[in-house]
Amino acid sequence: MTPKQRIRAAIDHQQPDKLPIDFGSSFITGIHCSVVEQLRDHYKLEKRLVKICEPYQMLGEVEEDLLDAMRLDVQPIFPQRTIFGFPNENWKPWTTPWGQEVLVSEHFKTTNDKAGNVYIYPQGDTDAPASGHMPKTSYFFDTIERIDPDFDEDELDLEDNLEEFGPMSKEEEAYWVAQTEIWRGSDRAISVHLNGTCLGDVALVPAPFLTNPKGVRGVADWYMLTADEPDFLKKLFDRQAEIALQNMAKLHQIAGDLIDVVVVCGTDFGTQNSQFCSESSMRDIWLPRYKQINDWIHNNTNWRTFKHTCGAVEPLIETLIDSGFDILNPVQCSADGMDPQGLKDNYGDRITFWGGGVNTQQTVPFGTPEQVRKEVLSRCEIFAPGGGFVFNAIHNVQACTPIENVIAMVEAVHEYNGDK
Amino acid sequence: MTDSLNQLTAAIKAGKRKDARAATAEALDAGLSPQSVLDALTAGMNDVGKRFKANELFVPEVLVAARAMQKSMDLLEPVLIASGIEPAHSIVIGTVEGDLHDIGKNLVMMMLKGANFKVIDLGVNVSAETFSQAIEEHKPDVVALSALLTTTMPAMESIVQHLSKSGAAVKIMIGGAPITEEFANQIGADGFSPDAASAVELAQQLCA
Repeated sequence: MTPKQRIRAAIDHQQPDKLPIDFGSSFITGIHCSVVEQLRDHYKLEKRLVKICEPYQMLGEVEEDLLDAMRLDVQPIFPQRTIFGFPNENWKPWTTPWGQEVLVSEHFKTTNDKAGNVYIYPQGDTDAPASGHMPKTSYFFDTIERIDPDFDEDELDLEDNLEEFGPMSKEEEAYWVAQTEIWRGSDRAISVHLNGTCLGDVALVPAPFLTNPKGVRGVADWYMLTADEPDFLKKLFDRQAEIALQNMAKLHQIAGDLIDVVVVCGTDFGTQNSQFCSESSMRDIWLPRYKQINDWIHNNTNWRTFKHTCGAVEPLIETLIDSGFDILNPVQCSADGMDPQGLKDNYGDRITFWGGGVNTQQTVPFGTPEQVRKEVLSRCEIFAPGGGFVFNAIHNVQACTPIENVIAMVEAVHEYNGDK
Repeated sequence: MTDSLNQLTAAIKAGKRKDARAATAEALDAGLSPQSVLDALTAGMNDVGKRFKANELFVPEVLVAARAMQKSMDLLEPVLIASGIEPAHSIVIGTVEGDLHDIGKNLVMMMLKGANFKVIDLGVNVSAETFSQAIEEHKPDVVALSALLTTTMPAMESIVQHLSKSGAAVKIMIGGAPITEEFANQIGADGFSPDAASAVELAQQLCA
């Protein structure tokens, strides 16, 4: 099987020849740039600076030579613009607060305060208020909530929260045409993030890509809408879906079946031990809009739909399946109710687990290589039989993860596959 | 006379901020004791905490309840101060250095306020020195540290060590997504709580 065939078999619940592996195909299955650099060294690849493909979480691009070395099955085509609203183009060197030299877009504009904290600007516009903040001792940015001083929670205006959604620009269209040219014929599965189908992801709500966002832009304020203003959310998501359908049609016209997997939505519905809303709220507010998007995809394309949600979401998996999602990520097995065997037994023939491979909160950053190996092998034995599993760690491989543990993780999957 | 108190408790339970404010105003205008209004408010938040812990309510409902509580407190707090009624216990809280995440920390803070703790919020990205200064200034019973990232767990450990070495007479509790009981024991914290409602119970135990 080619990697593409292997991924498609796994997603369609057929037994692939080998368990497929992903690292770096999306902004929730990626690797921190500091770890990418160490991986390149480990595999003795050409010495070159790591490109920051996603500046918010400082994810490093897993380039083709590293995909080959790690024997990975998925090739991403990243969105035309980053979360800070600029295109990744005309790379320039930048030294991170932890002293790593990396490559960033020419539009990656930062300032430092006296304490050494770093601020980043939307669309590279340093005249706008900074939209991201990386403390001196941190390895990631976090969004800055820029609340409109005129915002009134009693006077919500739908249009304010729709500013970022619109028809695909000519620039983005040209980007997709060019990317399609580049990747046509790839034997790896192709994964993309859809634009505008994320319904209420709190990483995007503060709109770090807009220069002066209006409307509900505070994360706590946003969460309160679920309890307080469900009709507002429903109307907003209806409009979002309406716009997204047009853009998906355009994307399909350009890229067609080159694309295998579309990341539809990264909204987290789980905490470590509970959910962010009840099942009935999810069915009322989210399910109909997700279903509209996913049904369109299934009726018009050969794409498979990918849903990311961290946390203890077992009580919501049935709803996600009813929403038309083919794939669940990151399958946080350490969260309450997310026992791997239970998930496989109850849902394994109806949704594909893309993740769940190993715990990135405990085992990979703080365990021994042998503990990592054992956990990976155990997860593979539970999740892989019959397909329905793509190996990935539970969310991105974080900064400060010992490289020997990352290697142990990758080698354990190869061992499971009989390739070691 | 007690209708307004029942209405206040009900408004907080339902997260109705305008009703909570109106019921508080009515109770205070009617001359009810500020302590009785405070008790009605904490009864509402206590119920919210219990139902949150039992997974009957979720983060959004807790946030709207806390917002309703705050609308009530805006009116009640000056009256409490004027009457010399002060919370029995105080707590200093913050997200540790290098970490900017505060949803969990803020939830804990709201639940503590709802249980009538005096809460001194140091915000996010808080250094060991800032925690020390706040402890010296406010003499809290408990200090609460939050972290979301695995990369800031070492900062949590060094803050706990710093505070332990300084000999401050304060109990230390920790929490956050990657934090476990085992980690709390390992770094010498006095307690760990897995959620905001449990954090209140833990803080109460540490103050006992």
